[in-house]
Amino acid sequence: MAILSRSEAKQILDKVLKYSKAEAASAQLSGSETGNIRYARNSVSTSGIVNDIELVVEARFGKKSGIATINEFSDAALEKVMRRAEELAKLSPDNPESMPLLGAQKYLPVNAFAKSTAEITPDQRAKAAADSIAAAKKQKVVAAGFLEDTRTFAAVANTEGLFGYHASTSANFTVTMRTENGQGSGWAQSDVTDFATMDTGATSRIAAQKAVESQQARALEPGKYTVILEPSAVSGLLGFMMWSADARTADEGRSFMSKKGGGNRIGEKMFDKRVHLYSDPTDPNVPAQPWSDEDHMALSRIDWIKNGVVRNLPRSRYWAQKTKAEPVPRPSNLIMAGGDKSTEQLIKETRRGVLVTRTWYIRMVDPQSLLLTGLTRDGTFYIENGKIKYPIKNFRFNESPVIMLNNIEDMGRPQRVGMGGFSAMIPALKVRDFTFSSLSDAV
Amino acid sequence: MDRRKFLQLSGAGLGFSMLPLSGVAVAEAKLTQSGIDIAVKKELADAALNTATKLGASYADVRIGRYLNQFVITREMKVQNVVNTESLGMGVRVIANGTWGFAATNDMTVDGISRAAAQAVATAKANSRYQEEPVQLAKQKGFGEVSWRTPIQKNAIAMPLAEKVDLLMEVNKAALDSGADFVNSMLFLVNEQKYFASTDGSYIDQDVHRLWAPFEVTAVDKKSGAFRSRRGLSQPVGRGFEYLDGRKEDKIQSQTVLYRDSYDMLEDARLAAEQAREKLSAKSVKPGKYDLVLDPSHLWLTIHESVGHPLELDRVLGYEANFAGTSFATIDKWRSGKFQYGSDKVNFVADKVQPGSLGAVGYDDEGVKTGSWELVKDGVLVNYQAIRDQVHMLGQKASHGCCYADSWSSVQFQRMPNVSLMPGKETLSVEDMIKDVEKGIYIIGDGSFSIDQQRYNFQFGGQLFYEIENGKITGMLEDVAYQSNTQEFWNACSQICDKRDYRLGGSFFDGKGQPQQVSAVSHGSATARFNGVNVINTKRKLG
Repeated sequence: MAILSRSEAKQILDKVLKYSKAEAASAQLSGSETGNIRYARNSVSTSGIVNDIELVVEARFGKKSGIATINEFSDAALEKVMRRAEELAKLSPDNPESMPLLGAQKYLPVNAFAKSTAEITPDQRAKAAADSIAAAKKQKVVAAGFLEDTRTFAAVANTEGLFGYHASTSANFTVTMRTENGQGSGWAQSDVTDFATMDTGATSRIAAQKAVESQQARALEPGKYTVILEPSAVSGLLGFMMWSADARTADEGRSFMSKKGGGNRIGEKMFDKRVHLYSDPTDPNVPAQPWSDEDHMALSRIDWIKNGVVRNLPRSRYWAQKTKAEPVPRPSNLIMAGGDKSTEQLIKETRRGVLVTRTWYIRMVDPQSLLLTGLTRDGTFYIENGKIKYPIKNFRFNESPVIMLNNIEDMGRPQRVGMGGFSAMIPALKVRDFTFSSLSDAV
Repeated sequence: MDRRKFLQLSGAGLGFSMLPLSGVAVAEAKLTQSGIDIAVKKELADAALNTATKLGASYADVRIGRYLNQFVITREMKVQNVVNTESLGMGVRVIANGTWGFAATNDMTVDGISRAAAQAVATAKANSRYQEEPVQLAKQKGFGEVSWRTPIQKNAIAMPLAEKVDLLMEVNKAALDSGADFVNSMLFLVNEQKYFASTDGSYIDQDVHRLWAPFEVTAVDKKSGAFRSRRGLSQPVGRGFEYLDGRKEDKIQSQTVLYRDSYDMLEDARLAAEQAREKLSAKSVKPGKYDLVLDPSHLWLTIHESVGHPLELDRVLGYEANFAGTSFATIDKWRSGKFQYGSDKVNFVADKVQPGSLGAVGYDDEGVKTGSWELVKDGVLVNYQAIRDQVHMLGQKASHGCCYADSWSSVQFQRMPNVSLMPGKETLSVEDMIKDVEKGIYIIGDGSFSIDQQRYNFQFGGQLFYEIENGKITGMLEDVAYQSNTQEFWNACSQICDKRDYRLGGSFFDGKGQPQQVSAVSHGSATARFNGVNVINTKRKLG
């Protein structure tokens, strides 16, 4: 029941909107089935499946709005939920920032649904974990990992003629391997739409190898280093930058994108000229929902930064109207263009540097400069004359992604990574003068 | 809608801009309706327990939960959003073939819960093939039919919405009138109605209330393009709306007004606006070693990260290795009985009972009566935080009672209890502490925080920083963060004020586990002094 087809979903939405007596109404129907398996100390600890389906209805009277939800779909239930939304709308205060409902949108067709992920069985999950544990045992290390697979659909409609349907699947796998003596730790991840393309054994072998090789780490002095940040290490910093980028906050003077004297920095070259960050829901590597969650605006390919120049910032419809600019919906994926080189190639071309597998516990220190702090984790190595020389102790960094994206030396081939709820294509980056401010004893 | 929705407060430069929002949106009136009748809950629970037992479970527990939330979100003179949510369902956990299994459903019928129980047993049996050590569960006596309720005077969730909106609008107006360019303020109200039953013979009904009233003001200097923010000093609490009464006897006059068991949001907003503006021209800190004097509104977070988390036994053992991480406080260090976690002034106590704290409940989520226990005594590590399937690994027989699930649909696991630094035994005021400091910084309020996955190396910011020179506060500082190592830091603790200064701070949204779950936890302390801590300057210039 959790995953409805386009026509099944449309039928329910049409019906509930017909019951509306409000000035305008909209409805969203969504369902998901999520399975997971978690293991640690080479043994399965928990696994489960959660099903959920829900209809959210919004009724509007002028700038008043009411929202009600329900998870049953009989005629009586559908009428009841609409009446409840209408009652709530009448009782609520005006929202001065309310915008009229959107009319029909042209949503781009997106193929994000894979049969293999849709039909995954508990046995397949158990085997995925078993493959990972087997890889650990072979290298005499200890595995802790988590696999989560999701099948989901969303359908939206309103009384102004808008309708959209999107179904998707995804599977995300992360694994940490630790040596029994506690001196080595490695991590790897795999994020896919199609579960058939996921090989938890192969991913686990990378993590196990890193665990073994990261033992007996030496301490380097903190300071500025040339670093090769693997895609997962880059995504930690980029995610913060993308979440903080917003036209309104910039215009209000309280963002790293604010311009001295007022306004925002759209049109300014703030980054290295090779930086190209964009979103595209139809990208075959990271297919994503073709509308924004906030108000169902259609998403299409949009450049955020191109040739190092800020091209766009997300801008709500309210703020767009107020500033006489175009609204820019928040994206459902993120892509950073890169090069063709593998991480191995980047290492080969590095005289002295630090390879970072992953960044961790990243927090904002100063929103003015977007200074972030965090740590390296699960595989940090010293590179000399094109080779990994030895493992090194983890560092704490204090660095701004704005500075990082100005100091690019080279870029690797983009890889798909999970990025806090959505998927992204991110290259490994070779960056000069990356600021490590102290050493960590953590393995 | 995904059960775990993330509420994005767009346009707000807030540290807390991503908030977990569980449950589905409901009418405000729904929040005041009573939940399921207790007799029905018992009937559903018994159906689950019987089904599980019949299918071969050696142990089963069931949690029937109704979780209510209300979020009131405002900026400047606008209400941005009022969100009321309700989440209702049941989760069944079983042990079969020595392995855990879990299933949850929102089908609130005997058939629904029985199906979930059967699914939990089937999952346990399927996973038992990959289980190397069978689960060992500490014995727990049944309590029969019992109940517990957070001792509140005013049920915040049931108060009229207009009163809450009026309060926030007054707060915002006060901030704007006092020089803030922007202000965001919120109320987060939580009510967990939880019914627990197990094959041990417990039927426990609990009604848990929590409240948080955060705000953030920002002052912008358009000419220079600089901006500075100051967050409110309220703490999330296990109290009712009476927390916002701002009683005179709960106020402490310091560089700003500090608060004990109740909070004056209006006064703090006014002060925050003035201080945000003052920050714009405050002196930038000179990096180096300083003696830090840390107010409880700040120190709670350092305790949380550097003491609370490393002493979670599941982390120590490697169960959280793939996400939250492991711990430097390994079993061999504890076994030695000599591991000097901190100076001999340092005593940490874990508890689930402190009145007004976020952790306080009568029973945990696996039917264990709550209490308190020592973690660090005279500076030495003496215990961890452990639950029923863990305590045997410490050679202990009884669970510490700190098991928690954030929803009926989440499986319960070990979560941090309140972990608090005991006040100093000798009489000492903050003024007297500061008098002795030659070169130091007095820090109020929590700010940026980051710590490594084994909890050695950390970095913390704050809200307000004041320079101390030769025993006197000489002015405000900016761009301050301190970096240290957990063991070094707590061993550098040279003085702790006495119990008159003891206050609780806390976190409403502590994250752990995969899938991630949130929990709320408090940390008490009195103002404490730490000698010779490394302070860095965080100012950077963008091109």
